[in-house]
Amino acid sequence: MTIDPATLATILAMAAATLAARLAGAFLVRRITLGPKLEQALNTVPPAVLMAVVAPTALTTGPAETAACAVTALAALRLPMLAAATAGVVTVAVLRALGF
Amino acid sequence: MQTARQTTDQTTRAGGDIVAGLKTILPMLVAVAPIGLVFGAVAVGKGLSPLEAMAMSALVFAGGSQFVAMDLWTDPPAWAALGFAALLVNLRLILMSASLERAVADFAPAQKLAAFAIMADENWALAEARSRRQKLTPAFYFGLSLPFYGMWLVSTAAGALLGAVIGDTRPLGLDFAFPAVFIVLLMGFWKGRQTGLVLAASALASILVHALLPGAWYIAAGALAGLAAAFIPLSREQVA
Repeated sequence: MTIDPATLATILAMAAATLAARLAGAFLVRRITLGPKLEQALNTVPPAVLMAVVAPTALTTGPAETAACAVTALAALRLPMLAAATAGVVTVAVLRALGF
Repeated sequence: MQTARQTTDQTTRAGGDIVAGLKTILPMLVAVAPIGLVFGAVAVGKGLSPLEAMAMSALVFAGGSQFVAMDLWTDPPAWAALGFAALLVNLRLILMSASLERAVADFAPAQKLAAFAIMADENWALAEARSRRQKLTPAFYFGLSLPFYGMWLVSTAAGALLGAVIGDTRPLGLDFAFPAVFIVLLMGFWKGRQTGLVLAASALASILVHALLPGAWYIAAGALAGLAAAFIPLSREQVA
């Protein structure tokens, strides 16, 4: 088991880029005074990021995924996280087994 | 006596928070294992040694960009292009760390650095959700994040060593565990019409860019569109 120099350079470049992104936001936010508007905007980052990650899966992958996303969202209104997420996983597995 | 009892209390609370973090991340551990397995197997298929696959998982620790790198992998790899691709795929981490900074403001400097170094979508989202309900402690954050990081490494190693033995896990629906948990968290972040506007903008931009551009541009596009929508004034208070 060896590490090739070119591969190592690539891994380090990727790691540096990713670490920079991980630190940049915190660094910037610490150095500016947050007005109420910016504070409010930052509060919308979690839903905005999560929606951006989920939307293509939810709406463009296939009927099984779209239906399972809807089931999960509805289950989340009543059930705790693990139960709601499980409902989604079971839905997608069953629908895929049925050929959707 | 007084000090000793206080110390014990704090230790007990930290222990409880570690366990609480571990319990919270448990479903994500189950969900990430098959993804790590697939990554390890794909990496070895592309010509990386198991050690190299593990080094990438340990140092980059960002699944999306690691899969993109495998897509773009050549022999020898184009390190600058792959580093740039990792930056693009991970642009959302800038927004995420800006948001998380407020929750970890009281962490010691070294803890803070470590907290951001192992921040990924899953532990970040769960930590944000926790911080909306109660104070985020280092014990909870690392109880949440370290097992997740460990599982990513272990599953990468297993995938790299077992390689082609791993079958298709799609019929089990485990790949859907991440979107499912993200949707549950999404529902928890709902705060009225403004959130609706943010979600609509994010979804629209994400789907549009996903359809038009290869790679993971859609995540940054959706996140930025959602952030922009947060500045659209909806209620009367904001006009003034």
